[in-house]
Amino acid sequence: MSSVSRELLLHMYRRMILIRRFEERMYELYTQGKIVGTIHPYIGQEASAVGVAEALRKDDYVTSTHRGHGHTLAKGLSPDRMMAELLGRATGYCGGKGGSMHVADVAAGILGANGIVGAGLPIAVGAGMSSKLRKQDRVSVAFFGDGGANAGAAHEAMNLAAIWKLPVVFVCENNLYSLSASFSKVSSVEDLSIRAAGYGMPGVSVDGMDVVAVHEAASTAVARARSGAGPSFIVNRTYRFMGHSRGDPNHGVYRTKEEWESWKKRDPLILAAQRLGLSEDEQKALLDEGRNEINKAAEFALNSPWPDASTAYTDIYV
Amino acid sequence: MRQITYAAALREALREEMKRDETVFIMGEDVELGYAFTVTQGLIDDFPGRVFDTPIAETGFTGAGVGAAMTGSRPVVEIQFADFLTVAMDPLVNQAAKMRYMTGGQARVPLTVRTPMGCSGGLAGQHSQTLYSWLAHVPGLLIVTPSTPYDAKGLLKTAIRDDNPVVFFEHKKLYSLKGEVPEEEYLIPFGKADVKRKGSDVTIVAIGAMVHVALKAAETLAAEGIECSVIDPRTVRPLDIETILADVRKTSRLVIVDEANKTGGFAGEIAAQVAEEALDSLDAPIRRVAPNDAIVPYSPPLEQTIIPGEADVIRAVRGLFGQDR
Repeated sequence: MSSVSRELLLHMYRRMILIRRFEERMYELYTQGKIVGTIHPYIGQEASAVGVAEALRKDDYVTSTHRGHGHTLAKGLSPDRMMAELLGRATGYCGGKGGSMHVADVAAGILGANGIVGAGLPIAVGAGMSSKLRKQDRVSVAFFGDGGANAGAAHEAMNLAAIWKLPVVFVCENNLYSLSASFSKVSSVEDLSIRAAGYGMPGVSVDGMDVVAVHEAASTAVARARSGAGPSFIVNRTYRFMGHSRGDPNHGVYRTKEEWESWKKRDPLILAAQRLGLSEDEQKALLDEGRNEINKAAEFALNSPWPDASTAYTDIYV
Repeated sequence: MRQITYAAALREALREEMKRDETVFIMGEDVELGYAFTVTQGLIDDFPGRVFDTPIAETGFTGAGVGAAMTGSRPVVEIQFADFLTVAMDPLVNQAAKMRYMTGGQARVPLTVRTPMGCSGGLAGQHSQTLYSWLAHVPGLLIVTPSTPYDAKGLLKTAIRDDNPVVFFEHKKLYSLKGEVPEEEYLIPFGKADVKRKGSDVTIVAIGAMVHVALKAAETLAAEGIECSVIDPRTVRPLDIETILADVRKTSRLVIVDEANKTGGFAGEIAAQVAEEALDSLDAPIRRVAPNDAIVPYSPPLEQTIIPGEADVIRAVRGLFGQDR
């Protein structure tokens, strides 16, 4: 029997749709040259962000990654100001100074997406220290990928959280590729969650395409952290449906079409719709609702002013 | 006035700030015992639960310092030797320094990183470096280099209260140096140089332990009839260039004494700023007295060879007068 009510599952389905639509629209804007630099679409991994975020309180902390739009939207950031940030506009969360890889809302506990792989884990540990030292019960979640799991900072951060019993949940989204390198090339173990044993913390691997499985694992880990019992490590086994970043094809270079198609059949949106028993019409209505909301967000962003040149040199120091 | 050591002055600053603000905590290697240079000794007794020994993991605990600072704490992170800053470069350069800017002014990172720098005898290439020039290159960080017990205390208190990330470079040779430190509380603002000595002939700018080398040289030179100003910037970022420029405009000559390597070092930055703003005031080329791109050697006579000494400063100053003297 699942701990997830139908009402919550429907809510999570809608949140996943919002992320999917956001990323699709972002990709369009990128190909039109309206979003500059690079982008890292989260499409395919939505269940991970939503399943975890829905296990959190509003005042809990999150550190994210270069592939972070899902995490920040799931934690409650509004798509209009996020899209404005991606478009480099003054109305963006960071006034256009951060862009896709640095979306943050510090007041909302989102301590930033991060362009340095693995760098978010120690920051989440520090937020956990603040929470514990100030006798709050705020939980800190570090999202990272299978790439980040192999960075030295990840090891150091997990060890710190474990020795100090900090309220941190380490969430690894194993999408099987660090840039173009397949997981088997860069890890000698198949299940990353066994590394948790090396820190004396619980570790679990779950189906990261199933928002219910993610939510259940996250709820357990968050409850443990909030109770003061210490950190946990969750691995969400997932897949990105698009390339690593701009210009990287979905398949054909380092991922086979067969592999890609087999994961597409387990699209987290489809799995959630099946669990909910939604008809095609009902699904379409919700998907359209998501598209409309994102179109409005894009409209807001596209009509937003550019930042004033004078702000290039502000906010360096307090 | 009472005299206490540089290390004791730093300890007082930490104690006073921890007492004043309960969000201040200390973490680093051996900080509970106060190794390697006694600065944090005894603080754990006064502030149990706020002084943490860490694993030997500078990336992890400096990064944790950034996260703690972003969430309402004022961590004081100790990097046991400044050479180990290399292991904490990502949290300092990519995270602490840029967090406020990249979030469009949302984040505050009131993090203080204390670290001992410089040559102190036989610690060789990986425990003796002077690396503030690297971090001074990074907007978003503040860089402090106290040379006396008085400055060490007043500047550390300011660093802890500052809402920006501060890297506080203490000099290993100075920990046992005694100097006047008042009993009553005081703070020293950043970006305000201290003119240690006023002279009409040459301006000497010196940083950290080199301030004392410059002062000795100035005394010897005064006996020869060459009067030198000695200016200690105290913070290299922000740099009080105005005080330096004002003095150079009077003396028309500038020597910079720095323990950091010459190429890409901060002495070059001071020289460049003076050249840009006051070239027409100069009667002689600007001279840098600094290690000539050395790796700090172990053997005592070799180490002495690379550290700028009184004789090097005197030679540089005399050289400015060429045919005049």
